[in-house]
Parts: sequence; C-alpha cells; structure tokens
Amino acid sequence: MIPQQATAPVAGKRGGAPLLEVQNLTKHFKVRGGLLGSKAYVQAVDDLSLTLRPGETMGLVGESGCGKTTTGRMLVGLIEPTAGSIRFEGRDITRRRGRKDRQDIQIIFQDPYSSLNPRHTVGKIIAMPMVVNDIMPPGGVRKRVQELLELVGLNPEHYNRFPHEFSGGQRQRIGVARALALRPKLIVADEPVSALDVSIQAQVINLLRELQREMDLAFIFIAHDLSVVRHFCERIGVMYLGKLVEVGNRDQIYGAPAHPYTRALLSAVPDATKIGESAGRIRLQGDVPTPLNPPSGCRFRTRCWKAQEICATQEPPLSPKEGGSVAACHFPESGQFI
Amino acid sequence: MGTAEVTKPTGSDEPYLKVNDLRVRFETEDGVVKAVDGVSFSVARGRTLGIVGESGSGKSVTSLTIMGLHNPGRTKITGEILVGGRNVVSMRDEDVRKLRGNDIAMIFQDPLSSLHPFYKIGKQIVDAYKVHHPSASKAEARKRSIEMLDRVGIPEPQRRFDNYPHEFSGGMRQRAMIAMALVNDPKLLIADEPTTALDVTVQAQILDLLNDLQKEFNSAIIMITHDLGVISQIADEVLVMYAGRVAEHGSVEQIMKMAQHPYTWGLLESIPSLHGDPTVDLRPIKGNPPSLIHVPSGCAFHPRCPYRMMNPGPCDIDVPELLPVREAGHKVSCHLPEERRRNIYRDEVSEVGVAQ
Repeated sequence: MIPQQATAPVAGKRGGAPLLEVQNLTKHFKVRGGLLGSKAYVQAVDDLSLTLRPGETMGLVGESGCGKTTTGRMLVGLIEPTAGSIRFEGRDITRRRGRKDRQDIQIIFQDPYSSLNPRHTVGKIIAMPMVVNDIMPPGGVRKRVQELLELVGLNPEHYNRFPHEFSGGQRQRIGVARALALRPKLIVADEPVSALDVSIQAQVINLLRELQREMDLAFIFIAHDLSVVRHFCERIGVMYLGKLVEVGNRDQIYGAPAHPYTRALLSAVPDATKIGESAGRIRLQGDVPTPLNPPSGCRFRTRCWKAQEICATQEPPLSPKEGGSVAACHFPESGQFI
Repeated sequence: MGTAEVTKPTGSDEPYLKVNDLRVRFETEDGVVKAVDGVSFSVARGRTLGIVGESGSGKSVTSLTIMGLHNPGRTKITGEILVGGRNVVSMRDEDVRKLRGNDIAMIFQDPLSSLHPFYKIGKQIVDAYKVHHPSASKAEARKRSIEMLDRVGIPEPQRRFDNYPHEFSGGMRQRAMIAMALVNDPKLLIADEPTTALDVTVQAQILDLLNDLQKEFNSAIIMITHDLGVISQIADEVLVMYAGRVAEHGSVEQIMKMAQHPYTWGLLESIPSLHGDPTVDLRPIKGNPPSLIHVPSGCAFHPRCPYRMMNPGPCDIDVPELLPVREAGHKVSCHLPEERRRNIYRDEVSEVGVAQ
C-alpha cells in the first residue's frame, strides 16, 4: 500500500495520469417544500471527490437515496453539478464537454426494458451513437454493429430484430454493445445486473469483466449488491446520504472497514455461505434520514452506535485509517471484519 | 447454530400444510402453460420452507394457488393442497375466503402496490381484522391493529395508525403489510419476495422480524425468493424449482453445502461470494429459462445442463423422478448416478461462487 497523502485521499494505487478527477462534486435539487412554497434543497450529492486511473474499476455502493446514481449521471453529463469539478484526462468537463469527451464516457442503464427504444431495431439502437457523432467506422456501420453484437455474445444476424424479441439478459447485452460502440475509455454502469435473474446476472458480469480486461476499460460500477461489487471492482467507495464515507481497495473495504456504516452495510448482507442467523451482527435501527434536511456533523450519527457529541457538531473529514482505507469518521472501527 | 437447526423440533407431528402432486395449468392463446407440474412438499408449524427459482419457475404460482388467488375460469388444478387437513383445491370459494387471511396470510413483494393508497394504514389493518372477527367492536379492532403495528416495530403506532401508505418509507410499508398479514394470527404465512424491493439494512431488519415473529406465533412460513443469501439465513428446508418442477429438496445445509442437482450448482456458481477469491470467474448457467408452454422433453433442465447424458438418453427422454439420496430428507430429480454427482460437487462446484 502506497502511503496516501491528505491532499489526494481517494486516489487508487494504479500508476499513470488519472483518467477522471472529481473534486468537491455537489448536486442539490431544488424542490418546493415547507409552508408558503418556500424553497428546499435535496442534497443528493455533497462534496464528493474521487480519482480514477485508466483501466481501473471503482464501485459505488450505498442504499437507495445515497446519491450514487446522481453521481454517475453527473459523470456522464446527464445532470449538471451544482458545484465542484470533473476533469477527464486533465480537461475540465464540469459544464461543457467536447465531442471527444462525450464519446469517451458512456453509460449502461439498470433497466434493460426502458433503456432501449422499442420501435428501433437493435441495429439502429447500437448504430445510433455512431450516427449522432458522424462516425463512419471502416467497413461501414453495419459491419461495426455486427462486430459489437458478436463481442457481447449475441448473434450478429439479429441486428434487424426489435428489443421485444430478446430476453432481459440479451437486452442488457444490447445496452452494453451500445455503450461500447464509440470505444469509450470510461463506462458508468448503473446497477447493470440488478434487474436480471441470478444465472443471467452471472453471464452479464462475466461479459463485463472480460470486456474490461480486454479493452482496459475504466468502470464506475454503481450497485447495491455488495457481493457483486466485490467481485467486479478493485476499489470501492461507500456512500451515505450524499456523502462518500469510505474509500478503499477491495481487501480494505471488505476485510477491515473503518466506517461504522460500512460495517453495518456488510453485516446486513445475507451471506449465502453462512447458514442460520448469525450472532454479533450489526443491526441498524430505523431508516435513512431525509436528504432535504440531513443531520448536522456526520450524517450517519443518527443511526450510529458510536456517536458522541462531536459527531453532531463537527463533520469528520476523509482521512486514512488503520485498515488502509480512507474514511470520514471520528471514531473509526479497527481490526479485521468477520 | 449448525446442527441445532436440523434437529429443531417440528411442533406438532402432522405438517400444517401438505401439497401433493400439485399441477397448475393455464389455457392461453399460445397454448397450455404448465406453470406447476407435479410439486409436492409439506411445512410444519414453526418451520420455514424456502422456495428458490428464477422467474418463470412456478414458485409464485404455487403460492397463489395455495392462497386460492388464481383465476378459476382459466386455471386447471389437480392434486391436493391440505391446509390443516382440509383440501383447498376442492373447497368452495366462500370456504377458501374464510381460510385466507385467517389461517393463511401472504406478504407480497411490493408493499406500495399491495396497500390501498386511498385508505389509512390503520383502517386497512382494521378491515383485515374485522373480516374474520365480525363481532369485534371498533375500539377492539383499533386496539388490536395498534398492537400489531407496535409488534412489527413501527415507532409511535398510535400516531402512525392514521397515516396513509405514502407517508411510510419502503421498510415501514413492508412492516405494515406484515402487521396486516399477522393480525388474525395465521398458522401459515406465505412471503413472496418480501425483501427484494428493500435496501440491505432494511432487509436485514425485516428478516429478523420474521424470525422473531415465527418464534412468538409458531407459524409455518413459506419464503419465496431468488436470493440464496436470504434462504440460508431464514429457511430450515429448501425447495429448488425449475420450469414448474422440483429439482431438489432438502435441508438448508444439504442444499447450500452438498447440493446434488446441476441446476442448484448453476445457481451456487452464479453468485459471487463475500469471502472467496474475487479473481475466479463465475460459471453462469448458459442459455435462458425455458418457456412453460414448450417445456423441453425429459429433464426440463437438459438443454442447459453441462453434465447431461444423451445419445442415447435418458436426460432428453425421461422426466427424472424426485428420489431420495443417501442423506435423510434430501431428494434430487436427476438422472446422473449419485456417486458421480457427489464427485462433481466436490471436484468442480465447490471452487466457484458462494460454494467456495
């Protein structure tokens, strides 16, 4: 483990210039709330910083409403950040991004049903990114579409079919082929397998892993399933209520997590390798508070069993912890986990 | 825990629910859907049966049929469903209605669409109570409902009684559903993917709650899920279903630690583990689940099975019977010889996914 500096607390251990640098990224959605139509803000993502090297796979995990999807969408440029900056290969792409940058960052969506236009053939769907960007691949668009279909394990003869003729897993493969059409460097995958059956899920995970290795793609992999994230990602960021609370590599996060929330989250995963209810499991009480008015100080303190006065008054910064990860906690846990 | 799980007393000796050779067929324009094809199992009070399978394996249809929630005009049912000794299949509708909600209750996957958005949570629970306790007074029903809300861990039940479903969070709605299901002290509770729509920390709360309530009320539980993690946490026995048939049936240890059906192996090899070596690739089941209109000949799993025996048969010709193996209580429907299955499990399956 390379000693980490406080200025770049969330960098990975791969060498080379960073592909993606996110600093203090913030998104507040304006909503009408309270009496007399006063304005309120959903603090979806707050002050999130991370760095990704080329070819690196980073997972973002957390419960619904923690801001992981909003983060992913800001990275792709589907949502404009309220504050902070996103740099891609050194260029600032926070507000405006050039055609090349847009081509280099692609997204795979969760729902393989609503993310494909039912009135377009699969060929048209996969060719669309090339058409929109005026790209004429050598050998023609159709040849490239067929190559892509083959790459994701579909029959290249099926480019003339419509999405409804495919099963859920096959549709997700179509989504993957579309994301790969422009040879991106970074793919944001937002819950790419959670809508699929177990056996199909494994097929798509294996496909993504193969493509990642072969094409040295960088991934931001957003998922709530912690075992899938562990399988796919070298580095993992844990989010809670819009904040990144812990970042570390796979062994650090799953072996010796420092943030109590990370421990609680891991503890809650029903583990198929353990039979029966296991004692000593951490059980969080209640629900996630509303992001309209998050708790002061550490946002997790209302559900944390270690919370003390300082947690309400002072927000803990992300700092290196004993287990090797970087976590935002005044009273971090130490030692091996499970 | 371990061994104590297996020998846990079964309460009364006679299982509360017995399903014998259940077959459910739907007539559709495209042909006859054989949704359930010869399924037998039983659940005693105080025990939990987990039913695992992918979409279209017949697990939900099985439970809806037990509840009598099928469309009688389009459904053909044969076999027996004995609830406390009474056969639900041949029962009149009114009698099934008396059973439903009182002796058998169900929790559905999506609490938002199973609660009426227009009525207060409390009223919906009161209604469920009054259907089966027509002589109960308004105050009595209210008291009972608040008691149930409290029991399932809803804070300030007095105040929450007057909330609408949209004022509850996902986890709280699922708790309210459980309160409604348990208000009449059912002896059998069917939970159809009760935690699939919930976050993991809330899922853990709900599974704990179901465990506690089962101990308190000694009810039989059928837990339908696709999540083997949930199964290993809550079930005593497991039924693995594929294409409307039972692939494998055994105690949770037998299924999770010494599975003998290639489909169960496929499931175990498809799920990444929280502990094993993350660089080992998963070994997914190839292909897709079959259509229940055109179920493959012989063993329904044979087109996807890497160990099938064909040319000549029997995997594509004869439907394998669900036969007991060496360990008591473990049954498998597979043509492979038992020794071969044991060897495959030991040599190949136990290296991948959660089987690691």
